[in-house]
Amino acid sequence: MSEKHFKHKLYVKENKAVAFSTSTLEKINTIISHYPEGQQKSALIPILHIAQEEMGGSLNVDIMEYVASLLSITPIEVFEVATFYSQFYLEPVGKYVIEVCQTGPCAICGGEDIMAYLEEKLQIKVGETTSDGLFSLKAVECLGACGSAPVMQVNTEFYEFLDLTKIDTILAELRSKKELKKPEEQTWKERLS
Amino acid sequence: MERKIVLEHIDVEGIQHLDVYRQHGGYLSLKKALKSMTPDEVVTEVKTAGLRGRGGAGFPTGMKWSFIDKKSGNPRYLICNADESEPGTFKDRYLMQHIPHRLIEGMICSAYALGANKAYIYVRGEFKAVIGILNTAIKEAYAAGLLGKNILGSGFDLDLHVHSGAGAYICGEETALIESLEGKRGNPRLKPPFPAIKGLYQCPTVVNNVETLANIGWIVNNGGEEYAKIGIGRSTGTKLISACGNINKPGVYEIELGLPVHEFIYSDAYCGGIKGGKELKAVVPGGSSVPILPKELILKTIEGVDRLMSYESLSEGGFISGSMLGSGGFIVFDEDACIVRNTYNFSRFYHHESCGQCSPCREGTSWMESVLHRIENGQGKTKDIDLLVSIASKIEGNTICPLGDAASWPVAAAIRHFRHEFEFHVNHPELIKNIKHGNLEKLDVKN
Repeated sequence: MSEKHFKHKLYVKENKAVAFSTSTLEKINTIISHYPEGQQKSALIPILHIAQEEMGGSLNVDIMEYVASLLSITPIEVFEVATFYSQFYLEPVGKYVIEVCQTGPCAICGGEDIMAYLEEKLQIKVGETTSDGLFSLKAVECLGACGSAPVMQVNTEFYEFLDLTKIDTILAELRSKKELKKPEEQTWKERLS
Repeated sequence: MERKIVLEHIDVEGIQHLDVYRQHGGYLSLKKALKSMTPDEVVTEVKTAGLRGRGGAGFPTGMKWSFIDKKSGNPRYLICNADESEPGTFKDRYLMQHIPHRLIEGMICSAYALGANKAYIYVRGEFKAVIGILNTAIKEAYAAGLLGKNILGSGFDLDLHVHSGAGAYICGEETALIESLEGKRGNPRLKPPFPAIKGLYQCPTVVNNVETLANIGWIVNNGGEEYAKIGIGRSTGTKLISACGNINKPGVYEIELGLPVHEFIYSDAYCGGIKGGKELKAVVPGGSSVPILPKELILKTIEGVDRLMSYESLSEGGFISGSMLGSGGFIVFDEDACIVRNTYNFSRFYHHESCGQCSPCREGTSWMESVLHRIENGQGKTKDIDLLVSIASKIEGNTICPLGDAASWPVAAAIRHFRHEFEFHVNHPELIKNIKHGNLEKLDVKN
């Protein structure tokens, strides 16, 4: 079979050099030390969170092969995990990933109106990214905040008791923000070690 | 009456920090357990307390602990299941965010009882802030000598770490959680062997829910007998109930088991009644997996006895007329909520979250979702309703883990109690197509 048959994202390798900074590698070694000797594979999910955050917001084959080499496991073991868990993105995403809860408790409290309104305001459909690369809109399952329904998460932050006016304010705020995160927010690297 | 055990002192400012937590009696149980009790004595107290798993299944905790293999000599592990993902459930997040040391204290006593020197808290990846809060609290505990080597000079060592998931409901199932902690896909394992014999890294492991572990400190301090006096019958102690949906006061409430359901829904101390002065239509009392009950059956059993918030009372009548206490995710629906739309919503959830390992679940959840989608969109036929019942019955009991059951129960129960709404959808497609997001306000679905 010729190579053109393999268009799947897990076959697209750019051969770009990827590497964590020395300080990140130190943190990663701390995380690996949390697990018994020989069980370094346990650190895979935490490290993928850090990789995704530090390497452009999504994962690709080059990054996953690099992570595999750090943990002395095979690339397929990383692919298996990256494709299973919904928080890992294998396609590029916008600067802000808006994840709207669509599960029952949020839905009966107006979650569906929120989603429709966001689609209208951002002029994109669920699963798409705005052309300026600022927003990706995703539908996610229960975020565990049903008491403050409807809810959504933008990168690390929860937004609760949403209504249409709040959405306007949030979008305006995000558009004017220069820094991706507030100073008090932790990165995955800080959070996990 | 509100009775606080796991949420005691929750309103004290700064209670998430070690010094404030200790000023309010925090970590006293460690001194008692580690210095004056044997591990087996701690297990006995938990058995006497009658504490049951708070994650959903309600299995007696002391008994689960007593199954742990001590003969092999392999290292033992304690894992806290903080992968709270059952729709309607948000109690563990609340507890960890506001009083993280309650969990850590409980975990140290529990690890001592089990002879485990390593413990993990598996937190779902979406709870990013909680992961940071727990790690801060763990650092405080290490600095104070409450974790690490030779805790309080007792000779007992314990290392505790937070592990993060990455978005998968299935990892709340204990063997899937273990697989995930090992850095793999969350595919549940076939049991036996049970985790108590071969769990994490094929070593003896106990997996307990956050709320379960948060009760242990109190039980050590006050004794199992005192704990067993709280609650009703075999439902001892308190339970965190996370109430949501169409109610005036959604939130997390710690209740003494045995509180009447009527009081929980209508009292201002709890849910505060139905929002907008509407009528109650139905309740899912224990997280999305448990059967939905219509107003008449959630307030009273089929015999006309007042339904109580307890393991036994909520399951009175089996699945014909009862439900389950489950995880305590209490979802309330008002008179205008569309049961068909909600059932479709839950089915989509289970289809999305099925790990795909067992064909009845992988194929069945997808099939139920599409049939419900066409009924909800005015394209269903009468025979579709029976088709759903048939698919649900063929998934149930035929899968490795309980996700298959959890996906079929809500569908079967919704049709059992609200068949008229499904029939209305099938018979009046023109009306159904015109309503927005399942608001049945103007429709007389009973006819």
